[in-house]
Amino acid sequence: MKVLVPVKRVIDYNVKVRVKADNSGVELANVKMAMNPFDEIAVEQALRLKEAGGADEVVVVSIGPSQNQETIRTALAMGADRGIHVEASHDIEPLAVAKLLKGVVAREEPGIVFVGKQAIDDDCNQTGQMLAALLGWAQGTFVSGIEISGDKATVIREVDGGLEHLQISLPAVVTVDLRLNEPRYASLPNIMKAKKKPLDSISVEELGIDVTPRLTIVSVEEPAARAAGIKVADVSELVDKLKNEAKVI
Amino acid sequence: MSILVLADHDNGQLAGATLNTVAAATQIGGDIHVLVAGDSSGNVAKAAAAVAGVSKVLVAADASMNHGIAENVAPVIQGLASGYSHLLAPATTTGKNIMPRVAALLDVMQISDIISVVDANTFQRPIYAGNAIATVKTDEAVKIITVRSTAFEAVAAEGGNAAIEDVASGNDSGLSSYVKSELSSSERPELTSAPIVISGGRGMQDGSNFAMLEKVADKLGAAVGASRAAVDAGFVPNDYQVGQTGKVVAPDLYVAVGISGAIQHLAGMKDSKVIVAINKDDEAPIFQVADFGLVADLFEAVPEFEKAL
Repeated sequence: MKVLVPVKRVIDYNVKVRVKADNSGVELANVKMAMNPFDEIAVEQALRLKEAGGADEVVVVSIGPSQNQETIRTALAMGADRGIHVEASHDIEPLAVAKLLKGVVAREEPGIVFVGKQAIDDDCNQTGQMLAALLGWAQGTFVSGIEISGDKATVIREVDGGLEHLQISLPAVVTVDLRLNEPRYASLPNIMKAKKKPLDSISVEELGIDVTPRLTIVSVEEPAARAAGIKVADVSELVDKLKNEAKVI
Repeated sequence: MSILVLADHDNGQLAGATLNTVAAATQIGGDIHVLVAGDSSGNVAKAAAAVAGVSKVLVAADASMNHGIAENVAPVIQGLASGYSHLLAPATTTGKNIMPRVAALLDVMQISDIISVVDANTFQRPIYAGNAIATVKTDEAVKIITVRSTAFEAVAAEGGNAAIEDVASGNDSGLSSYVKSELSSSERPELTSAPIVISGGRGMQDGSNFAMLEKVADKLGAAVGASRAAVDAGFVPNDYQVGQTGKVVAPDLYVAVGISGAIQHLAGMKDSKVIVAINKDDEAPIFQVADFGLVADLFEAVPEFEKAL
């Protein structure tokens, strides 16, 4: 079975984002970028499946400008076998991403797609579910555990009330949550090896998808800042403030 | 305009987040219908019919609708969509699972997790873990939206008298089947709607120490939450997690105990009205958002706090 893992290049999660002065978006120039942390977990899960004998090839795909090849190389250094770069010059909305991925799925015919449950930049939480819909496949979302047997997978989903176990038919799209695994670091020899692994580029036009944005970003603003608070000396002052000043207890 | 709101429920009770979603629908304006999908959802339908502002309740009663299986529920919503200008769902794990599937089936770009309604086509939503707020406009024929419940004050659960109507419930796709749930049961209020939340972080050191927070919670009628670090360390189950990828809360009072204040945690609680931080590290970032900060050893401060209540 082949595993396909879509990965997104986003601002590194440690970076404090800044809104652009003209309120058109957030500042991306000279900002450290990295693989979306949820997608790292997806790559790791694909590698573990392969190492356990459940998959024979792990293919990573990323959509975006040429720098996305670095993100693909990161996944190859972790151990993925092959990369596909779908060249796109501007931000692509989740619906169009799902359509492009459907095109890649048609070419690659994976048995399962692992993808992060959301990207930490737009926080949309849509792509995996949309891809499953377009393919007519089952979806296992927010997954923190998975067991594959034959043409079925049992997934453990993190839901509001706790955990939910579902059995899904393969092929399927599985969107991964934080506690599924802890992604490995790429070793130096593997980073060197990754440079020689195959990485193909295809264009949005080749996949024949209209990626014109459907939504208009009217503005992007800083959230309202919280007024500075105070330090209290001890518990009795805290209780007094909460009772008499804030009146919340 | 007519708006269809997908009810969140467990086949027995209507989830509170549905009321906040109806509130968002009220702000958009128009005829508001609620869809209840599930085979024994009579009580849920009755509860939905009583919600203020709802004019009609649609019931898709079939076993295949249970447990919010997206592969089965999404086509039902797709079938109803042509009659509506907006399809809304709470941004709960159920809504987040189902609505993007509906959006793709209808070839519509969804707007996730809105926090305000500017007009019927324009909405605000947080991006980058709430570090920026985007105002987004859509010209899609059907607007598909999930709603952050804490950003909209719930409409009254009583006072409405909507008609209840059956709709075709479609078929079991055969793609997914429910196996079982492991749900946390608690007598305390639900985390996302509790007026007071007390959360513990890595500083709690061990799951058993959460008993200290539970004692405080029981005195205050509070819910107990946790940071991702505390959940990852196995102190408490996943449904306690407050943050960018966990639950978003905005209570009147949020007490953060032994929580350093990572960006992704702040994303889940910084809209709380009053924030208290108890942490022994006086440089912890949590103090930058706290109204009242107490630099102290939590193992001394929390029992003292509990006694003082």
